[in-house]
Amino acid sequence: MKLIKEILTQDNFKNLQLAIDEHKEVKGALIPVLNKAQKIFGCVPLEVQKQISEELKMPLSEIYGVVTFYSQFTLEPRGEFVIGVCLGTACYVRNAQLIVDKISELINTKVGETSPDGKYTLEATRCIGACGLAPVLTVNEDVYGRLTIEDIPEIVNKY
Amino acid sequence: MDLYRAHVLVCGGTGCVSSGCNEIIEKFKESLKIHGIEREIKLVKTGCFGLCEAGPIVIVYPEGAFYSRINPEDVDIIVEEHLLKGRIVKSLLFKDSVEEDKIKAIEEVGFYKKQLRIALRNCGVIDPEAIEEYIAFDGYKALATVLTELQPTEVIEIIKESGLRGRGGGGFPTGLKWEFTAKAEGDQKYIATNADEGDPGAFMDRSILEGDPHVIVEAMAIAGYAVGSDMGYVYVRAEYPIAVERLQIAIDDAREQGLLGKGIFGADFNFDIEIRLGAGAFVCGEETALINSIEGKRGMPRPRPPFPAQSGIWGKPTLLNNVETYASIPQIILNGAEWFSKIGTEKSKGTKVFALGGKINNTGLLEIPMGTTIREVIYDIGGGIPNGKAFKAVQTGGPSGGCIPMEHIDTPIDYDSLIELGSMMGSGGMIVMDEDNCMIDIARFFLDFTVEESCGKCPPCRIGTKRMLEILDNITEGKGKPGDIEKLERLSKNIKESSLCGLGQTAPNPVLSTIKYFRNEYESHINDKKCLSGVCQELLQFVVIDELCKKCGICAVKCPASCIDGVKGKEIYSIRQEDCIKCGACVDACPFKAIIKE
Repeated sequence: MKLIKEILTQDNFKNLQLAIDEHKEVKGALIPVLNKAQKIFGCVPLEVQKQISEELKMPLSEIYGVVTFYSQFTLEPRGEFVIGVCLGTACYVRNAQLIVDKISELINTKVGETSPDGKYTLEATRCIGACGLAPVLTVNEDVYGRLTIEDIPEIVNKY
Repeated sequence: MDLYRAHVLVCGGTGCVSSGCNEIIEKFKESLKIHGIEREIKLVKTGCFGLCEAGPIVIVYPEGAFYSRINPEDVDIIVEEHLLKGRIVKSLLFKDSVEEDKIKAIEEVGFYKKQLRIALRNCGVIDPEAIEEYIAFDGYKALATVLTELQPTEVIEIIKESGLRGRGGGGFPTGLKWEFTAKAEGDQKYIATNADEGDPGAFMDRSILEGDPHVIVEAMAIAGYAVGSDMGYVYVRAEYPIAVERLQIAIDDAREQGLLGKGIFGADFNFDIEIRLGAGAFVCGEETALINSIEGKRGMPRPRPPFPAQSGIWGKPTLLNNVETYASIPQIILNGAEWFSKIGTEKSKGTKVFALGGKINNTGLLEIPMGTTIREVIYDIGGGIPNGKAFKAVQTGGPSGGCIPMEHIDTPIDYDSLIELGSMMGSGGMIVMDEDNCMIDIARFFLDFTVEESCGKCPPCRIGTKRMLEILDNITEGKGKPGDIEKLERLSKNIKESSLCGLGQTAPNPVLSTIKYFRNEYESHINDKKCLSGVCQELLQFVVIDELCKKCGICAVKCPASCIDGVKGKEIYSIRQEDCIKCGACVDACPFKAIIKE
């Protein structure tokens, strides 16, 4: 896991400024800007919110309210590999809960948390719409479907 | 223009992308090139074919050969045998498409036979990233007709007469909504598309955006003309990257061709579209919450009236429809209101797309005329329940809907019949459950979802659903008390009546419908502390089957609670239930499978 000071680099803030300039004139710019910020920094900590607040001329409290409302925005950096196990209905009835439990045990990390070495973040995600392949999990951009418990150690070990 | 002797269609829907279709496409490109036939064979990456279970899917025309679960290694075989030598590779065909050595056309396969594709008509047929292909399939013809031949009021009249109702779940008559927005006073009006498909187990909107994005662009422009708006927003979940990408390509291409922008088709009509991404909040599917989110605020609903038709985005009259609703519009314009209103039942016209998932053989996406029975969907189209298990219930409407048991399986599906059964149409998720699913666990699952997604603005939803979840947690953990069922019913009634928005008003439905149809399961959990489906861990017992026990003692060694008694080689082992922590270590340890949970 990157430390917060490794994330708050000048380059990243420059990119943030570009994103802000791009959206500044658009009505309702805050969420598009936050989406970009989340991509650039990997999270939206207070320092980043402050710059957005000044540039968009919005109170910090309002920005903090929006950041904490939506699950796509996080205040802290996440692990190098984000393992998302879909807990949508189709996956749930096909025993996705057992898959989450197994991964949690293997990487010794609770759901919603990042492993102590900063390598993995385990998340129970909302339906990703790949119900035809239930149960499904994603590791960053990679998708694995039609899972059984036996597949899990191999997948986790790949990363 | 090149003439092709065969077309190879590879499904590029999210389901098939996850099963590795991009690799298949690359492999085809390579293989066609090696054999020097890349100019004879057209390779097309299409939208979703619907049968995600069989993905990655490849269809070869003109024969219509339906290849399923294709691996990269299979590609060379298809190229060499089918495309070079003209011999269809039977061993790779979808199992239902071969009958007594005859190959059935794709339309004759059980999964497709009872379907009628209106909203999905181009999905899996055209390349979603090529505007020419959409135009070749009558694309933008409806917009041209509307702009050159019809008055806005005439367009609204057609939509009203068609009987189309909102496909996002509520089922409000679409034509009326258009009329309200058209009549509302305002210097600026907005068109909005709700593509914040949050119901777990529903992916019809995503498939339309991925497979046929131009239909949404065209329909929004038609709506803009009808109600007098020049600006549209599409609110899409950020979780759907492929859909967002293809929709953006469609918007850019339409702009370039003059199908968006100023003076479209030479008429005095301007229209443009912008995409807004969601940021992961289920409640944003509610219309007033969605509007707040487009404006860049916390996505919390507000009381209605005023309805968005009067005061929507930035306080201006706004027409908000769901993706699937828009997808039917161009066809209604082209074929007429009467054609559409002849399909379906008395009060629910046309077709509905469902996402079929859970314990079912053919998982995937299907579109059926309203009035098709649940049985037809599950057994004829869905191919029944896998592994010879018994059907228990089907859940429709996601967290707002309910479970429908076997006794109502012959109900024709429409908006009103589902509400009568205590469920609802919702956006069209349909999750099948078999005998191994515990209905209280399912109700708890949905409540867990609504508690998590409740925005917290109104107390009945914020506090009430939480209390219901606690009771359900207790029941599944064996701490249920007599009177719990009645308490749940009372809370449900109050939450339904007093919540601010649709999320809270429908949140108790999964609980109420399971109590209605599966009360005995609740009672056995509460009174006998037993989960008949063997799901609720706390209610299970681990037992040694005497006949299978070989007295080896491995289980006793592995048991962390030291609660397995017996004498090695002499006495059969047994588990002291009062000390057992139900970890399951003994089940894993026993080499003879003599320990089971029941």
